Amino acid sequence: MAHVAKKIPLGEPGAVFEQYEDIHQQNDSYVVGMWAFLVTEVMFFGALFLMYSIYRWKYQPYFWEVHHELDWRLGALNTTILLASSFSMALAVHFAQRTQKTKQLMCLGTTVLCAFGFLVVKGIEWSAKWEHHHIPGPNFHWTEATVPPNVAQLFFSLYFAMTGLHGVHVVVGIIVISVLAILVAKDNVMVKGDYIPTELIGLYWHFVDLVWIFLFPLFYLIPR
Amino acid sequence: MSAVATQVSHQEKNYLNDENTIKSWLLTKDHKRIAVMYLVAISIFFLAGSIAAGMIRLELVSPRGAFLTNDAYNRTFTAHGVIMIFLFLLVGIPAVFGNFLVPLMIGAKDLAFPRLNLVSLYLFFTGAAFALLALIFGGVDTGWTFYTPYSSMYSNSQVALVLVGAFILGFSSIATGVNFIVTIHKMRAPGMTWFRLPLYIWSHYATSIIIILGTPVVAITLLLVVLERVFHLGVFSPELGGDPVLFQHLFWFYSHPAVYIMILPAMGVVSEVIACFSRNSIFGYKFVAMSSMAIALLGFFVWGHHMFISSQSMYQGLVFSLITFLIAVPSAVKVFNWSLTMYKGSVWLASPMIFALGFMGLFVIGGLTGVYLGSIGTDVHLTGTYFIVAHFHYVMVGGTVMGFLAALHFWWPKMFGKMYNESMAKVSAVLVFIGFNVTFFPQFIVGYLGMPRRYHYYYLNPDFQIWNIASSFGSTVLALGFLLPVIYLTKSLKSGAPAGPNPWGATGLEWEVESPPTKHNFHEIPVVTGLVYDYNSEADEAAWEEEEREMEHVTRGGQH
Repeated sequence: MAHVAKKIPLGEPGAVFEQYEDIHQQNDSYVVGMWAFLVTEVMFFGALFLMYSIYRWKYQPYFWEVHHELDWRLGALNTTILLASSFSMALAVHFAQRTQKTKQLMCLGTTVLCAFGFLVVKGIEWSAKWEHHHIPGPNFHWTEATVPPNVAQLFFSLYFAMTGLHGVHVVVGIIVISVLAILVAKDNVMVKGDYIPTELIGLYWHFVDLVWIFLFPLFYLIPR
Repeated sequence: MSAVATQVSHQEKNYLNDENTIKSWLLTKDHKRIAVMYLVAISIFFLAGSIAAGMIRLELVSPRGAFLTNDAYNRTFTAHGVIMIFLFLLVGIPAVFGNFLVPLMIGAKDLAFPRLNLVSLYLFFTGAAFALLALIFGGVDTGWTFYTPYSSMYSNSQVALVLVGAFILGFSSIATGVNFIVTIHKMRAPGMTWFRLPLYIWSHYATSIIIILGTPVVAITLLLVVLERVFHLGVFSPELGGDPVLFQHLFWFYSHPAVYIMILPAMGVVSEVIACFSRNSIFGYKFVAMSSMAIALLGFFVWGHHMFISSQSMYQGLVFSLITFLIAVPSAVKVFNWSLTMYKGSVWLASPMIFALGFMGLFVIGGLTGVYLGSIGTDVHLTGTYFIVAHFHYVMVGGTVMGFLAALHFWWPKMFGKMYNESMAKVSAVLVFIGFNVTFFPQFIVGYLGMPRRYHYYYLNPDFQIWNIASSFGSTVLALGFLLPVIYLTKSLKSGAPAGPNPWGATGLEWEVESPPTKHNFHEIPVVTGLVYDYNSEADEAAWEEEEREMEHVTRGGQH
């Protein structure tokens, strides 16, 4: 890849929907739409982060005690996996801009594989919580005398709400990236010669990773 | 203002008769057809909500309650609130007139994402179905605010179902908001700069910003209430270590801006109507446009005024109170500028104008009583009484519903190409105005005297009865005022005179195309060269002067 960067292709007129004048207007609209959507996502997770902050402020010593139940090694592994997936997604955009289809598909595939790996690790963690009766609800069981059970349950409620919502976003990401990969493989007019769809899905994927970058220290690395 | 010639024969296909299969309606991506489907749906919901309101008013005629039990009454007022707010007010103007007019007003063929628009419609239907199922399976008794921990732990009613409905409706709303923002940013016709946009578009832009910032927060909050209720995933209930006041904070962080989601589009309607029927360009265009943005921004920093009597700190209350007063400024800017637009204009009291004037009168009362409620001292006395109910209805019914009716009458000829019976419309406008005041003004008084809201009896203080009877009487007049348009508007579809492209002599791109518009709105994309409110261009002024001279001549001849 020592060549001079090629001119970024602009897509073909066949892929322009009838409400738009040209591909520029269409792509501009997609970009604004994606960012507006990401704003809603920030607010969506933002409410949960606010709740977390308030309860952590209120129960910091207890949260420190309870957070030992989470395995930071698995969390760190997942962080690494997601960072790798973000890197391969960025590469996919890079190759999409240069219309190098095979490399783009390989990168998208790597991203999806990483996402599955993340979910597997998450599944291992969650099933351990299930075995220890740390799932909030009537069967929640807490024996450590130093932490009131309801605060422990609150910690796990936040943990499951936030990592669960993040997990849903990972699943959506897997679906969307797979659909994109299929469209690219089939040379669909929507994506042929146009890197914008890849870039937009990339934006979404980076957002999902970014959420995890906050979740990891907030739950696994609570300082005393 | 633009260069589109639109003299076309009546045989031409328009968006209504372009295709006639049911499928072509249900799967349409045309923003105008989607708007019409929303209009039908929300009219039905408005009727349902009104029936609940009628039951409340009938119940309160008697000091001991006329026919409902405590529990049935709780479920009735919750049904009224949920239906009216989530299924009518929040979607009313944006989804019907926003969908119809945003592309037309900015010179676009459609919204930026027509398919997303259709998805939004079906999300709305799905959410509405959940909400209605909840009401059918026994209803909800929490009130439309769903305060925890009652809603999440104790209420023995269909809270989970209605909250799932509200969650889905939120996504419908977000989809519409994103769509409008992108459309206004990227789909404007050549020459349609930001400060040539109609004020209606500005108000929708502000509304959409509130939607995308606020709705996700309430969506996740309501979802957590469902999770707490169903799986005991506790974050709001004190028994589970949570904080119920946190729910109130998060709920009002959305739900206060949500009243601006409801009122800002109505303000946009009034700006258009007042300018048109005063034959005057809007006074202080930029101030009106920016006041919408200011309301959207400030609206996010006042939620605490719903919680003066909760456990929030006194200093927090002071700050929230101050910012609440600040919001009165942009609201007043609008009212003053509308008044000054009428000043020295030639006011034409057509039915949309009467509704718009009704809006101004009622909104001023609603807004000023809001200032009483925004001051901590008086709020502690008035909160939880009928004063709140009256204030809220003055803003939401006197404001939003009046704005909705003004929009309906102003753009009906555009939407369906038919004129309605104007004198009936005037009767309806006057009936709504009078009926509304008779219904809700007594509630200010009875609330000030101390009658609490959400109780279905007041036999401990029988003096309240006279006010309640007045209120219930007014509500029948109001109902009549709402019923009339259903009759004459439906009739106009069959036998109304053809409206022509521009029956009101209004400016704006939407009036330069046929009524009803064709499927793609414009035959060619218009080029905009001047400001929207071009009512006093030189040619116009010459014509008006001519007319005025004639009028003077006639009146002189008549009187002397």
